[in-house]
Amino acid sequence: MRAYLPDYHLRAPKTLSDALELLAREPGMWRAFAGGTDLMVLLEFGALKHKNFLSIRHLPELRGIEVTPEHVTLGALTSYTEIQRDADVRREFPLLCAAARETGGIAIQNRGTLGGNVVNASPAADSPPALLVYDAELELVSASGTRRVAYRDFHTGYKQMDMRPDELLRSIRLPRTTGDLHTYYRKVGTRKAQAISKICFAAGARLASDGRIRDARIGLGSVAPTVVRCARTEDVLRDQTPDEATIKAACASLVQEIVPIDDMRSTAEYRARVAANLLADFLSTLKIDGGKSDSA
Amino acid sequence: MQTEIVGKPVPRKEGRSKVTGAARYVDDLSMPGMLYGATVRSPVARGRIRAVTFGEGIPWDEFVVVTAKDIPGENAVALILLDQPYLADGFVNHAEEPVLLLAHEDKHLLERARRAVTVDIEPLPAVFTLEESLAGKEIVWGEDNVFKTYLVDKGDVDEVWAQPDLLIVEGEYSTGAQEQLYIETNGVIAVANAAEGVTVWGSMQCPYYVHKALLKLFALPPERVRVVQCETGGGFGGKEEYPSMIGGHAALLSWKAGGRPVKIIYDRAEDMVATTKRHPSLTRHRTAVTREGKLVAMDIEFVVDGGAYATLSAVVLSRGTIHAAGPYTCPNVRVRSRAVATNVPPHGAFRGFGAPQSIFALERQLDKVAGAVGLSPAEFRRRNFIREGETTATGQVIREPVDMAGLLDRAFELTDYEAKRERFARENAENNSTQKRGIGFASFMHGAGFTGSGEDYLKSIVGAEADAEGRVRVLAASTEIGQGTNTIFAQIASNALGLDYDLVEMAQPDTGNVPDSGPTVASRTCMIVGKLVESAAVGLRQTLQGAGLLTEEYTQDGWREACRQYVERYGALKSFSQYKPPPGVHWDDEKYQGDAYGAYAWAVYVAEVTVDTLTYETRVDDFVAVQEVGKVVHPILAAGQIEGGVAQAIGFTLYENVVWQDGRMINNQMTNYVMPTSADLPPIRVHFEEQPYQYGPAGGAKGIGELPMDGGAPAILNAIEQATGVRFTHVPLMPEALMRGLNENR
Ligand SMILES: Cc1cc2nc3c(=O)[nH]c(=O)nc-3n(C[C@H](O)[C@H](O)[C@H](O)COP(=O)(O)OP(=O)(O)OC[C@H]3O[C@@H](n4cnc5c(N)ncnc54)[C@H](O)[C@@H]3O)c2cc1C
Repeated sequence: MRAYLPDYHLRAPKTLSDALELLAREPGMWRAFAGGTDLMVLLEFGALKHKNFLSIRHLPELRGIEVTPEHVTLGALTSYTEIQRDADVRREFPLLCAAARETGGIAIQNRGTLGGNVVNASPAADSPPALLVYDAELELVSASGTRRVAYRDFHTGYKQMDMRPDELLRSIRLPRTTGDLHTYYRKVGTRKAQAISKICFAAGARLASDGRIRDARIGLGSVAPTVVRCARTEDVLRDQTPDEATIKAACASLVQEIVPIDDMRSTAEYRARVAANLLADFLSTLKIDGGKSDSA
Repeated sequence: MQTEIVGKPVPRKEGRSKVTGAARYVDDLSMPGMLYGATVRSPVARGRIRAVTFGEGIPWDEFVVVTAKDIPGENAVALILLDQPYLADGFVNHAEEPVLLLAHEDKHLLERARRAVTVDIEPLPAVFTLEESLAGKEIVWGEDNVFKTYLVDKGDVDEVWAQPDLLIVEGEYSTGAQEQLYIETNGVIAVANAAEGVTVWGSMQCPYYVHKALLKLFALPPERVRVVQCETGGGFGGKEEYPSMIGGHAALLSWKAGGRPVKIIYDRAEDMVATTKRHPSLTRHRTAVTREGKLVAMDIEFVVDGGAYATLSAVVLSRGTIHAAGPYTCPNVRVRSRAVATNVPPHGAFRGFGAPQSIFALERQLDKVAGAVGLSPAEFRRRNFIREGETTATGQVIREPVDMAGLLDRAFELTDYEAKRERFARENAENNSTQKRGIGFASFMHGAGFTGSGEDYLKSIVGAEADAEGRVRVLAASTEIGQGTNTIFAQIASNALGLDYDLVEMAQPDTGNVPDSGPTVASRTCMIVGKLVESAAVGLRQTLQGAGLLTEEYTQDGWREACRQYVERYGALKSFSQYKPPPGVHWDDEKYQGDAYGAYAWAVYVAEVTVDTLTYETRVDDFVAVQEVGKVVHPILAAGQIEGGVAQAIGFTLYENVVWQDGRMINNQMTNYVMPTSADLPPIRVHFEEQPYQYGPAGGAKGIGELPMDGGAPAILNAIEQATGVRFTHVPLMPEALMRGLNENR
């Protein structure tokens, strides 16, 4: 442990309103501590700059999976294990299940939360590409009220997001409109478990009866300062038949649209090429029958 | 009784205590008044120390601070040369070099203090790669950056090149560094003061190496220094030389603190960034072969990157040099090898010890040569395998029956190699699947024990003692580090005496109590030290028989009674046995010729892979390891050694990439240094053949510890060559490099 523990403080407010009040009273002073699976790594390394934390794990308002006719709403504290066990999520949001299944190992899947994954804002996180494909919406709460943000607008730069220091992420809401998408998920991290993604690719689309692509959605991780939804490439695909020319054009667009970098884990060249390969592979699996392809 | 215990999977001696958590590792120990120690390290790779400043806000007067000036003896880690200081004195030669030591009761405050010390260094130009070192970009060690050179010269290679009708094939191969990644990081506790001398407890492979180093560091006579091995969570070579460093550091702090115990435990980040790794290597081959596929000449240049200090590089180089020409007969062989200096933390012992590097190069080269001759890799090797009565590169006559072709047949049968090779070739060409398949193999050998005259020089000793109840204790400094020393030694002793396994126990390796049976390295523990265990045990019996207390044939009760009477009459019953080379063994250290090793284990490994051309990731689908090891003492432990070694070799080949920046490992966490998980490993199918070695224990055992590290990398790359058609020459072969290779060869 490289941290000096007496420097750190952890409080556990009794209720959500106590927590929000504390955040409002001393904005920027307190940060949420959910599963701690991102925070504890930094602490161990002596790299956790922030010193004061609010434990939120016990707050019921941030828990649970709620299903209405229009939405499935996941509390911010939903763990990867809960995601994989939920029948509705499994049926309608296979990309999120695939992401959960490939996140960390079993201990991390039990402890880590979807909200933590979102707010930690790592460009290499594995669930956000799936959330982007599903047009997720975030519910942020503070002492002054609640507001909703489209997830695709949430990350504004590397580790920057549309969230005030007095806010908590309460839930992640997924519209139930994507159950019939062809989906494709591929996490590329060299090893099969406990890997940090070099590229994380999630996509969905429909082929209409005329053989043309409708509703193409592409979410990518580890190819830019934030996770990204590739809108320009989606435009290239709209209403096209997934033939060789389309695939070529889409791949060309994708490598223009993303801005991968060289780092200790991989190279920009590798990330761009593999992202393009996966897009091509996804498009080549699209079938008119509308059945679901299986995620890797 | 013989056959009952040898070859039987008896429970591990320390298995119960490990499983129940009762086993005590060094970090489980605590002593009254104990302080924690930490190391302040160099931030740069090479330079002159201008100043050390102690930052604000730390109660420095509460700390024990040790610098090079506080060293009572010599500031050098005694190993082969004395070039490596315990603490930098004026200059640093690699990043993370220890400069200063701190100790305090509060380990969290200690960490804060460590960060508050600034070492101000005027940087000097440095060399970071073996190529830069060879090119003399900067002279950073001695006169020419060269720690050691060897020349193995058989026949006359230069004579051959001009001969007509030969094919000449050249190739260049390289390997990267690899971290040992034992589960338990390096750690020690020391108590040291002028009155009582120095005692070190710790996680280590070689208590007597630490002992020797402490004598020099403190200028003390042998009896004033004691080193005790605690339960150890793996070593793989990473705890061969390094414990001398960390053990010395803790002892220096304790000495300065007037004898208060000091504990130093590295965390994973420090262990990875600062301690030894496998030597990176470069090998150049020039091979001459007849059109019929007979080897005529092998000219091999082998270079290893030793890092900033000599440490064990000379010995690593030696093993790599001797294994460079493999299990083949060739009339003309020249191996020119060098270990060179760079400004990175010293590279050190790691399972295989130079052999995986040079064998990788050879087994890749031979697939290339086979292609040039127009033979299959298997047929080409069959025509050149060494046989009994033939000579190795060093001129060693193989005196045991060797059947490499038989091992190859067995491995091929188990994998259905020929059919798969044919099928994969067809399928890869026909379908346009993104998944390409390949199968490949490597054939190799690994010498057991120290090289050349090494064992003769060590003159290891093992003791055995029996008490009045007839219980036998084996006294050896050979350590249990997870590989099964305790268990096989007890098997060997109980086998030799015809006693129950439970009647034999192992003494804790403690230099105050056990003789020097040599280091726990070099695949020597079973074959060399095990033989000494056997003779020491037999010595007990002979003593009892000589005293007329034991008949030729005896029961366990008879044994107990004899021991009781002996101890009553004469006191302690002990027997010692010292190494003597087998008859007819000769080694010439000058010419590097002769019997390089007492015995070799022989092997053929087959790997089957799938390369994903979307992600450029390679998966090993199946792995078969066939080896001849003399005699299997414990089938589960032996198979475990092979499986673990193959897993480590798969990591070395496809996953484990040390990322360097200015001579410093920057991916020093298990998150970013990607070792394979169980989900990444294929079934590893292990098959043993037994051809008893005349001078081995328990009916002829040889060594197997390092062998499984040797064959994986070339077998896998040979398989990848079939899958992709690309001749890759470097490991680790990361997906990024595989991608580049595929694109360049499109
Ligand atoms: C061994 C290991 C393996 C891992 N593998 C993966 C992997 O494969 N893929 C992957 O994507 N991640 C992985 N992670 C990272 C981590 O587990 C995930 O990001 C996880 O979802 C984080 O959730 P948490 O609840 O533990 O977050 P915490 O560590 O508690 O918090 C993370 C950040 O989010 C903030 N936060 C958390 N909840 C809220 C909230 N409700 N409102 C406002 N702010 C909040 C915290 O203040 C903090 O800044 C791994 C981590 C480890 C240690």
